[in-house]
Amino acid sequence: MDFRSSETVLGPESADLLPASAAMAVKVVIVGGFGVGKTTLVGSVSEIRPLSTEETMTQAGAGVDDTAGVERKTSTTVAMDFGRISINDELVLYVFGTPGQERFWFLWNGLFEGALGAVVMVDTRRLEVSFDVIGRLEDSGVPFVVAANIFPESPTYPTEALRAALDLPPEVPIVTCDARTRESSRDVLMALMRYLYNLSAPPTR
Amino acid sequence: MSAADQDWDEDSPERLYVITRGRSGLAERTTFDLVTLIVARSEPTPTMQPEHAAILRICGSPLSVAEISAHLRLPMSVVTVLLADLLAEKRIEARARVPKAILPDHALLEAVIHGLQKL
Repeated sequence: MDFRSSETVLGPESADLLPASAAMAVKVVIVGGFGVGKTTLVGSVSEIRPLSTEETMTQAGAGVDDTAGVERKTSTTVAMDFGRISINDELVLYVFGTPGQERFWFLWNGLFEGALGAVVMVDTRRLEVSFDVIGRLEDSGVPFVVAANIFPESPTYPTEALRAALDLPPEVPIVTCDARTRESSRDVLMALMRYLYNLSAPPTR
Repeated sequence: MSAADQDWDEDSPERLYVITRGRSGLAERTTFDLVTLIVARSEPTPTMQPEHAAILRICGSPLSVAEISAHLRLPMSVVTVLLADLLAEKRIEARARVPKAILPDHALLEAVIHGLQKL
C-alpha cells in the first residue's frame, strides 16, 4: 500500500466524475471461487476502469486458528475489485467482486450489509467451491441469484441439473452468462434485480 | 543515510497507526458504508494532515468511500477514520445509502432495472 501525498493523488479522471446531483448509491456483491470470472464481470459492466479497495485484517480475525509458532499477530491486506454504473442523475450502482480467498468474504466489515443482493458466480467445472458460500448467504438472508459463467470448455448442464447439484431452492434464479460481454453481464444483474423486485413487497395503495 | 531515505514499509501496521492516530475505524464503520457518497464542503488548508487534504481535493464531485480508498490506496478502516474527522469538522457531506436490513422498494428497483436496460 502506498499512500501518495496530497499533491500526487490524482483522483478520478474528469470523464469519470459523478454529477453533483448523485444522492444515493446502492451495491451488489459478486461472490464465487477463484478464477470464476468475478473480475471479468465487474469490468464488463463498469462505466469506469475497475478500481480496487483494500481492508487490513489480522490473521486472528481471518479465522486462522493454527497459530503454532506464530510469534505475533500478523495482518493481511485483502483487496476487492469494484466497478460503477450510473443508473440516473441521482442513483449509482456499485458492483463489488469478492476477494479470491473465501474465508474473507463474510469477515469484510459491511460488505454484505445494506447490499441489495448478491450474485453467486459458478464455474460448472468446479461447482464444489460454491457450496459453502451459498449456505452462508442463505443463513445471512442476503438474496442472491446464481450465474453460471460459461467457458468454452465448460460442460453444459440443464438448469435443473445445476439446481439439484447446488441444492438450490426452486425460487432462486439460475442464469448462464459470458462474463466477457457487457450485455450478458448486464443481464445477470438484471436477473438479480427482477428477483428482488418479486421478493419485495408490492407498493401499498 | 538520512532518516528520510530509510525505507518506510508502506504496508506496515505502524504506518497506518500513525495516519489514524491509533484509531481502529470500528466505531466509524457504522457511519460509512463502502458506497456512502462523500462530497467536499470546504477547501484543503496547508496545515491539514495530507490524507485529509487529499480527500477534500478528490471529492469535489460525489465519490463513494470505496473509490476514495482506491484513489488514496488506503484500507477502508483507515479511510473511515479520516472521513469521521472531516465529518465532525463539517468539511464533508456524507450522502445516505439505503437503510439496512430491509428489502429495497419497488421504485428503487424499477429505477435500477431501467438504468441497466440502457447499458
